[in-house]
Amino acid sequence: MLELTAKTIAELRDGLRSREFTAREIAESYNGAVSAAKALNAYTVTTPDDALAAAEAADSGRATGSLAGIPLGIKDLFATKGVDTTAGSNILKGFRPRYESTVTANLRKAGAGMLGKLNMDEFAMGSSNETSAYGPVLSPWRRSGSNVSLTPGGSSGGSAAAVAAHIAPGATGTDTGGSIRQPAAFAGICGIKPTYGRCSRWGIVSFASSLDQAGPMARTVRDCATLLEAMAGFDPKDSTSLDLPVPQWEANLSSDLRGKRVGIPREYRIDGVPAEINALWDQGIEWLKDAGAAPVEISLPHTQYALPTYYIIAPAEASSNLARYDGVRYGLRVEGVKTLDDMYAATRAQGFGAEVKRRIMIGTYVLSAGFYDAYFTKAQKVRALIKQDFAKAFEQCDLILTPTAPSAAFGIGETTDPLAMYLNDVFAVPASLAGLPAMSVPGGLDGQGLPLGLHIIGNELDEQTVLNAGLAIEERAGFTARPEKWW
Amino acid sequence: MSVTNEQVRHIAKLARIAMSDEEIERLAPELNNILGWVEQLGEVNTDGVEPLTAVIDQKLRLRDDVVNDGNIRDDVLANAPAAQHGFFAVPKVIE
Repeated sequence: MLELTAKTIAELRDGLRSREFTAREIAESYNGAVSAAKALNAYTVTTPDDALAAAEAADSGRATGSLAGIPLGIKDLFATKGVDTTAGSNILKGFRPRYESTVTANLRKAGAGMLGKLNMDEFAMGSSNETSAYGPVLSPWRRSGSNVSLTPGGSSGGSAAAVAAHIAPGATGTDTGGSIRQPAAFAGICGIKPTYGRCSRWGIVSFASSLDQAGPMARTVRDCATLLEAMAGFDPKDSTSLDLPVPQWEANLSSDLRGKRVGIPREYRIDGVPAEINALWDQGIEWLKDAGAAPVEISLPHTQYALPTYYIIAPAEASSNLARYDGVRYGLRVEGVKTLDDMYAATRAQGFGAEVKRRIMIGTYVLSAGFYDAYFTKAQKVRALIKQDFAKAFEQCDLILTPTAPSAAFGIGETTDPLAMYLNDVFAVPASLAGLPAMSVPGGLDGQGLPLGLHIIGNELDEQTVLNAGLAIEERAGFTARPEKWW
Repeated sequence: MSVTNEQVRHIAKLARIAMSDEEIERLAPELNNILGWVEQLGEVNTDGVEPLTAVIDQKLRLRDDVVNDGNIRDDVLANAPAAQHGFFAVPKVIE
């Protein structure tokens, strides 16, 4: 029974069809594995009955969708009806939405069940899961011969750890500036952020609305394609939702890249990146050549300005979005203060953690009278140039290959400087600013036995080429390494 | 450009986050570090560049001007820290 948790979603689906096992057996295996893995701190709430109910619907033939009988982990940023939804923050402790996010409703419509809510950096602000009010998720991975606790990355760190530790076959993530791709790379799994607007943002706790995008995290490229197909789709309740049909990404998967040109951006060769990561990048180019693609050198001249642009726009939008946490409508309220204004200030002081406060402060400053044009408008102009860089590059190539992150997973508590932490997303942020689909797939292990990811960026709406290139890398990398179980 | 403790206090007030003098003193250099770093955008020539407003081009949709929601007062109030008589309750604002 235990080996059911080792199967991919595609294998589970096949086994259910051939009646090799039941959905109930899958749900029970996962529920057992989840409750035995508390040491990872990956789940904030577990919902074993939800997984069992979905299994029952699948076994009885009532649920017949593409994910019938598949239990999933759901990032705590997605509103789930009647189940705590806290965005990893004290300010939302105890919040139980009366509604379901569009993405999770879509997954349920496809027959999926829920194993529980997954831990994350507070309001998705972080790259290591250390800003969560529940404490950090621990990566199932450790350096060879060491028992130092490592971060699974962030902000979708609980999702990455759960998929890697086989306590979820797949999970939802969200990506504002790398929050699906960096943790996927750190945990040795796959994760894709689709084109901005593919997945509805309705019912996802907002961080930076012009950047936030949901996507799946799973063990294989195929599973990502299956999950994304179920998650995506037009939603009139999100004004930036794309009114387009959802392509059949899974059915159209093909690792034959003949005729495709792979752009290699010269600006992504930056100082301080370990040689192993650049070597894996070169290996990735060889793999794509082997699949029939032709590499071309491209230039994305404003790359170095992407992070500072992001750290104006994202905090600005966050400061505005997070104004809603005022102790009036939901979540925490600090009592014992006299005026309404004092209640707001005391509630927000107690409810938000240090990184969230820092970003609200930066955002408030760059939007304040006298500084708006110098910071915010300037950043929106540079963002336009970054988008233009990609548009020009895609005249010369069909996809872009880079490393996902500038390092492998680091230790909990090892990175204390906020700026050093922000640099983790140096390769991920430009595609976010341009709204482009991008994916991380595992490429191999570093010298310390930790996973490294390769990052594929596609042209807007071209998730298919991203997934196909991911599949080509997956087939050639033969990444089968698993973390040794210590939890 | 660097922010003073006084400015940090003002931003905290705008952001409605109560902060002690000690917190303000700790935060000011952190904010200055971050602001000093983002100011490198000043190097980029953005003359004649329109600020980006929509990352993926699309038409702004209009919906029919009809009521299609509502009558969910109890759901809206269900998570309120204090609700009375069908309203959100807050500390007294008028004596």
